[in-house]
Amino acid sequence: MTTSPEEHTPVINQGTMADTPDGHIPVGHTLPEGEALLSVRNLKKIYHTDGGDIEAVRNLTFDLPKGELTCLVGPSGSGKTTLLKAISGLLEPTAGEVKLAGNLVTGPPKNMAVVFQEYGRSLYPWMRVRENVELPLKVAGMDKAKRSQLVDDALEAVGLDHVPRSYPWQLSGGMQQRVAIARAVAYQPEVLLMDEPFAAVDAQTRADLEDLVRRVWKQLGVTVLFVTHDIDESVYLGSRVVILSSSPTIVQQDIKIDLPDERDQLETRSSARFAELRHHVYEQIQLAKQGFRPDAAKAQV
Amino acid sequence: MRYAKNFLYIVGLPALLLIGWVLWSAQSTSFFVPTWEQMTNAFSTTWTWSRMTTDVFPSVGRLIAGIIVSIILGIVVGLLVGSFRWLRQLMEPTMEFFRAVPPVVLIPVFMLLIGIGDDMKIAVIVLGAVWPILLNTVEGVRSMDEVLSDTSHTYRISGVARIRYLILPSAMPQIMAGIRQSLSIALILMVISEMFASSAGLGYTIIQFQRSFAIPEMWSGIVVLGLIGVIMSFIFQIVERKVLAWYHGQREMENAG
Ligand SMILES: Nc1ncnc2c1ncn2[C@@H]1O[C@H](COP(=O)(O)OP(=O)(O)O)[C@@H](O)[C@H]1O
Ligand SMILES: [Mg+2]
Repeated sequence: MTTSPEEHTPVINQGTMADTPDGHIPVGHTLPEGEALLSVRNLKKIYHTDGGDIEAVRNLTFDLPKGELTCLVGPSGSGKTTLLKAISGLLEPTAGEVKLAGNLVTGPPKNMAVVFQEYGRSLYPWMRVRENVELPLKVAGMDKAKRSQLVDDALEAVGLDHVPRSYPWQLSGGMQQRVAIARAVAYQPEVLLMDEPFAAVDAQTRADLEDLVRRVWKQLGVTVLFVTHDIDESVYLGSRVVILSSSPTIVQQDIKIDLPDERDQLETRSSARFAELRHHVYEQIQLAKQGFRPDAAKAQV
Repeated sequence: MRYAKNFLYIVGLPALLLIGWVLWSAQSTSFFVPTWEQMTNAFSTTWTWSRMTTDVFPSVGRLIAGIIVSIILGIVVGLLVGSFRWLRQLMEPTMEFFRAVPPVVLIPVFMLLIGIGDDMKIAVIVLGAVWPILLNTVEGVRSMDEVLSDTSHTYRISGVARIRYLILPSAMPQIMAGIRQSLSIALILMVISEMFASSAGLGYTIIQFQRSFAIPEMWSGIVVLGLIGVIMSFIFQIVERKVLAWYHGQREMENAG
């Protein structure tokens, strides 16, 4: 199997093997019935297109405990967006299920917010920054004073309290993504999904935004699922990384990030443990890209 | 200075044309080309206040009514047809058929069905002017950005709120383009609707002048029509610039970047 030449403390693999409708395959960390806030079970998605069927996701099983920041990393085309759409009720899975606080997700749930990668296309260009952030609250019927307060707080939290009257397209990419985050924050979700939110912003802005996500996560006590294809980002941000195989996708590995809770762009990233975890995730992703599948390896042995 | 320059650009060509016409028509001997003196005389004697109230204002009123009905009908039906695929499939052949029928040929039918009053004339205008708005609205609804639509779903913006805050504004650039096309169609149909069984109206008056060979008066009527068209398009531009300020701003930004 994959042997690491270094003699470090082992990476903490939280996943296990399980019997699923798709065979004896690795699955992510699961919790006893009723303990998970978000639970994904045997999720499968096959796209039926004119050119034939595309099996984007074969079988994904994992749980998110309340209040955790989990990163999901996988090669591009591995079905990360597909998974998020299924979790957020935008897409009906071909098989399997998603449960939020014990309730089956069949449409967009009430306590969930999603931040998409395409910030330029997820903000309403005909509304000013403030109106963009306020709209979901307004539509939900919240009274004016309360939502005004929430919007102010959210804009302040993301450092945008100085541009409420600008239009989104007048702002830089990083600032637009901040608006999208502010909108999610003001919405006060229990679960926050983020789909490669910083893939299109420059490196410096990206570091700031990563710290912003951690700050927001801590302040709100929200459960976050952060999707990325950036290995460093996945290790830096969360307390756990779920690594996806390449398509048709299963959970390649589910590891615990045992870095100290206080993260710092310079210090954390230069620590030995960070390098080790990063190395491990990198290795797994390389394997995934080459089409190595834990289940297939098992069968060959 | 800049304003002066803009002003020159706006009035420059019309002024040149006017001067050219004055010079050219001065030595006219043709019965169909009145001299400019005849024209200005005809203009001031023909378009008196009483003529305005009996012929021009009612016509313009019908024109405005026709445009408003076309806009409302075009947007409402366009939103529905654009939103539901089954409705689109159901309506498409029928819509194509009615769109292909020139409204003019339906005037006799309308006269029988609705009578010869204002209703009939407004109906004729609507029947021609509604299509660009309707079809553009359908296109606008269908070209909705997928990410924006997903975002709205995840924030549970649905029903009336979805139409008001998402679908309508996102289709607005196309709707406006449709309205612009409809304005000129409506003006033409306003004239044509007064060709049958009418006894008043701007179109009727012009046609009467033509039939009685009152050539300077006929020309002056055509000038009035042209002026109405210019005013309409001017108002439209002001409204469009306000409603689509975000759209033009965004486009400018994209082009600059
Ligand atoms: N709407 C769709 N129709 C057909 N195939 C799709 C659709 N969306 C995604 N796919 C396919 O599913 C696979 C996974 O896509 P996606 O979920 O976007 O991956 P990722 O976000 O990890 O890059 C890809 O092969 C992609 O081409
Ligand atoms: Mg993606």
